[in-house]
Amino acid sequence: MENTTITRADLAEAVYEEVGLSRNESAELVEAVLDEISDELVKGENVKISSFGSFSVREKGERIGRNPKTGVEVPILPRKVLVFRASHVLKDRINEGTEQGTE
Amino acid sequence: MTKSELIQRLAEQNPHLYLRDVEKIVDTIFEEITEALVRGDRVELRGFGAFSVKHREARIGRNPRTGESVPVAAKRLPFFKTGKGLRERLNDEPTDMPPKEDSWY
Repeated sequence: MENTTITRADLAEAVYEEVGLSRNESAELVEAVLDEISDELVKGENVKISSFGSFSVREKGERIGRNPKTGVEVPILPRKVLVFRASHVLKDRINEGTEQGTE
Repeated sequence: MTKSELIQRLAEQNPHLYLRDVEKIVDTIFEEITEALVRGDRVELRGFGAFSVKHREARIGRNPRTGESVPVAAKRLPFFKTGKGLRERLNDEPTDMPPKEDSWY
């Protein structure tokens, strides 16, 4: 069973319905939330959203990779990656409906 | 930055909004993402990243200390993949377009 994809527009619609701002302003605020989180991460800071999860930036060192098609070795440069750790509340809610410990 | 600091900052940028409304906005966004994941839906926020749910089949695990076999139930795990725009910004790569205009992959 394939599922639906939720986008910014759906988040803006939810804000519009819950808070009663205009659709335009609701969309702007969704954007502002994502921008604030992004800016913080770009500064190298972590972002913790209680009962949802935390985003942190990890520095990866240089390593030798391999082109899987040609087998040629290529250096993978040091880079920063974003790691999301879901909170227990989120993990539990995602498993709520499923039968834990049974078939 | 914590959720309350995020709320604080947004409130400062939007002095025409009540603090309780800003709280509600932030809570609504994360609640909406959570509910989508609970339904098994995917949340795609271009330039930022995508949340999805991965299924893990039930398996026989092992207690690493005793070597004893233990059944591990099937479960669903939330997963996040960083979007192209944010990944480039993290690595100081020039993004000549605002993140939300970027193509996803």
